[in-house]
Amino acid sequence: MSGALSAADLADLFLRFLALSLLSIGGAMSTAPEMHRYFVGERGWLSDAEFTASVALAQAAPGPNVLFVPVLGYQIAGLFGALAALVGILLPSTLLSLGVSRWGQARRATPGVMAFTSGFAPVTVGLLLATGWVLALPFVGDPAQRYGALALIGLTVLAMLRTRLAPIWLILAGGLAGAFGLV
Amino acid sequence: MPPADAAPRAVPASLLDLFLTFSVLALQGFGGVLAVAQRELVERKGWLTREEFLDAYSVSQLLPGPNIVNMALMLGDRFFGWRGALAAIGGMLVAPLAIVLVLAASYGRFAEQPMVAGALRGMGAVAAGLMVAMAFKLIGGLRSNPMGTAVCLAFVLATVLAVAVLRLPLVWVLCGLGGLGWCTARWVLWRRARQA
Repeated sequence: MSGALSAADLADLFLRFLALSLLSIGGAMSTAPEMHRYFVGERGWLSDAEFTASVALAQAAPGPNVLFVPVLGYQIAGLFGALAALVGILLPSTLLSLGVSRWGQARRATPGVMAFTSGFAPVTVGLLLATGWVLALPFVGDPAQRYGALALIGLTVLAMLRTRLAPIWLILAGGLAGAFGLV
Repeated sequence: MPPADAAPRAVPASLLDLFLTFSVLALQGFGGVLAVAQRELVERKGWLTREEFLDAYSVSQLLPGPNIVNMALMLGDRFFGWRGALAAIGGMLVAPLAIVLVLAASYGRFAEQPMVAGALRGMGAVAAGLMVAMAFKLIGGLRSNPMGTAVCLAFVLATVLAVAVLRLPLVWVLCGLGGLGWCTARWVLWRRARQA
């Protein structure tokens, strides 16, 4: 249905994403259920399959995962939809982040901000470790391909800790290994 | 805490340098840009330290919006003000957006092919490895933390347990453990200031 939306509907789409932006704590993906409810359920602008495919596509492509949002906009209303969706989801959160960042930088040496920096650091490291674990789980849990995937994950960790290789070479190697059925 | 032995810092040469660096790292980000950002910005470019990277990420996480976009914005802003913020966000988004829209327009022709599915699996496994490696490296950055290494490692472990094993919602973890970390650090800093 690309391009079939009226200007009023396009404005509605933009305002929806604008409103969701400030709710997207932890990333735009955390508001995906609400997008699904509105665009698939309430308005019927997308099918279930189109919604899921948009998310999967953006995750497979390079770049931040937030790009599933302009893909949704594109599926609904073509290029204008994509732009409206992307600007909508980013504008409010970006302005807020800029403000908070400048506020924090100006008070870097105050006890409150210093305690924040020190106190949150180990929690953030823990979250990253947990994310790595969650990402690795589907590979480790699949008995058919467990060893290939574990070897690939192990080699990646080793290469990152011991060399200065750019990650793209590791990703390409992983893609090749996968394409030829080694993983 | 600003490091006492601050070495002369590498900085982006221009807005274009900033834009291109973020483009290059975004285009390598299959299955997440964060680990690539750490590699490029901290290790290869030296534009910020491990500690500063961790700090910027902690803040981005608590704010609405995509973490990595917020981080790009903060770093760009520190180097060149709002124009730097725009250049960094633009670098992060423009080229990947063009690619993902081309893919969306031609989707369906490739998705069913087993070789494509296999390649995506392999790339996914590498993405998991990149994330684990980055976390290992950032653990080293905790050594200079005023709370001390043992307390830090306890917080790391508790967070991994809460998220990966107990599967608690992120908001609880950030408010609970993050809040506890903040109070602990505040207390440690207060005690240190009183003794000094």
